Amino acid sequence: MKRYSAFAVVREAFRNHAGWEKAWVNPEPRDKYDVIIIGAGGHGLATAYYLGKNFGITDVAIIEKGWLGGGNTGRNTTIIRSNYLQDGSAAIYEKARGLYETLSQELNYNVMFSPRGVIMLAQTQHEVRGYRRTAHANALQGVSTEFISPARVKEIVPIINLEGPRYPVLGGLWQARGGTARHDAVAWGYARACSSMGMHIIQKCEVNGIRQHEGKVAGISTIRGDIGCGKLGIVVAGHSGHLADMAGFRLPIESVTLQALVSEPIKPCMDCVVMANTVHGYMSQSDKGEMVVGGGADGHVNYTQRGSFHHIEETARALVETFPMISRLKMLRQWGGIVDMTGDRSPILSRTPLENAYINCGWGTGGFKAIPGSGWGFAELMARGYSPLCADFGLERFKEGRFVDESVAAGVAH
Amino acid sequence: MASLNCRVCKMLILKCPYCGASGEETEFECGGEAHLKRFGPGSGDDEFQGYLFDRVNRKGVHFERWRHSSGCGKWFHAARNTETLEIYGTYSAQVLEPPAEIREKISGKVPGWSWREFS
Repeated sequence: MKRYSAFAVVREAFRNHAGWEKAWVNPEPRDKYDVIIIGAGGHGLATAYYLGKNFGITDVAIIEKGWLGGGNTGRNTTIIRSNYLQDGSAAIYEKARGLYETLSQELNYNVMFSPRGVIMLAQTQHEVRGYRRTAHANALQGVSTEFISPARVKEIVPIINLEGPRYPVLGGLWQARGGTARHDAVAWGYARACSSMGMHIIQKCEVNGIRQHEGKVAGISTIRGDIGCGKLGIVVAGHSGHLADMAGFRLPIESVTLQALVSEPIKPCMDCVVMANTVHGYMSQSDKGEMVVGGGADGHVNYTQRGSFHHIEETARALVETFPMISRLKMLRQWGGIVDMTGDRSPILSRTPLENAYINCGWGTGGFKAIPGSGWGFAELMARGYSPLCADFGLERFKEGRFVDESVAAGVAH
Repeated sequence: MASLNCRVCKMLILKCPYCGASGEETEFECGGEAHLKRFGPGSGDDEFQGYLFDRVNRKGVHFERWRHSSGCGKWFHAARNTETLEIYGTYSAQVLEPPAEIREKISGKVPGWSWREFS
């Protein structure tokens, strides 16, 4: 793989850009791999990347039903933050946020990480107490956040309406090093790095069975034939229940559709991410000028990637009362993704009832921010059988009652 | 307006089997997967975990509990397809498995489908 650099841009400018290589190869699947990862989204590709980089395991295939990064990785609102309450969550989300800081250099691919700051608005007394508690917890965890006054909120976000018709802004939880990144580039960057290590990314290859032998996974059946594996990682977000069904176990997960929408592009008006959990909406401005808006998830199981219409209305209502200036904006696009919700709003990075199969799912409405940390921890779990980053997120927590309750940190579907 | 059906406006239209009223989904509340096998005191940890948390979360034919929360307030069951959003029918909450007519309707539309217990 040739490195991307300023020199390469100049060199190619002198030869009609004929020397750019394909970012990744599209190989035919082999009969067997040491490790198969199902799902070439951000989490699956990051897992493969850190398996190669941290543990030297490069005989890896990443199997994808559609095209890489075409699921929730390409459908989220790109928010990155780590202001969670519980120690285990703060550890993995802060690991991810830290890795994002240098991810462009690490992958030699511009993921456009923009630490522009994230505010979570406190609009009820309950939220004020909740976010003060989170700020104290974050101080102990080494995550830099602070609880700020309404005046400071207005200073950071001049377009906000502090005296909302329903809920005035009483303060906010501010994480200055949170922000956004280019979601497709995260998948593409990891994919390019995996491919250059010799891993196989096999797209348009739907898995339709998991072959087992004496309590172990022997391989998978796909529409392009059977493929054997030494270890299997299932990283398929909304379709986790579907894959678990093939493998013969159930998960504490329900898949629902979460929607987002973007407006027509306008001049820069808001240079941070604002989340309003009580009225239920959140917004940031993309580098193209579009206002990127996210809102509520459906209340029922839905695999269609088309959410219910009334959620759009609710989200628009919430954001117009928070930012009155957007009331005349036209919305350009709307879409949905299938998110895998757990009861405690925390992910599952775990062994499974099958000895050599592992599952990484349950990121629900907020998985994008965690991609590098999730890949780092899950690769360690798959390679060594244990990872301190994943220790709190095993499937056994549901039996043992050790929930990692993040209903406040994930209070809004994001 | 014929175009205002589920396919275009993406809303579920449910019919309450008790009061007979049809309405779009904001009139109802979804209560999650139906026909769970219940386990109480005296059951093992695995059984209790399965009952409380584990879900089939089916892609395809799915059975759910719904409540007519902005209407008569009654709980009922719905048979639905989570892949197409088609609703096969709603039926009484007082049954342990879907009635024969609903099962036949689903079998007619989804070849190879058969009812199975969830736990």
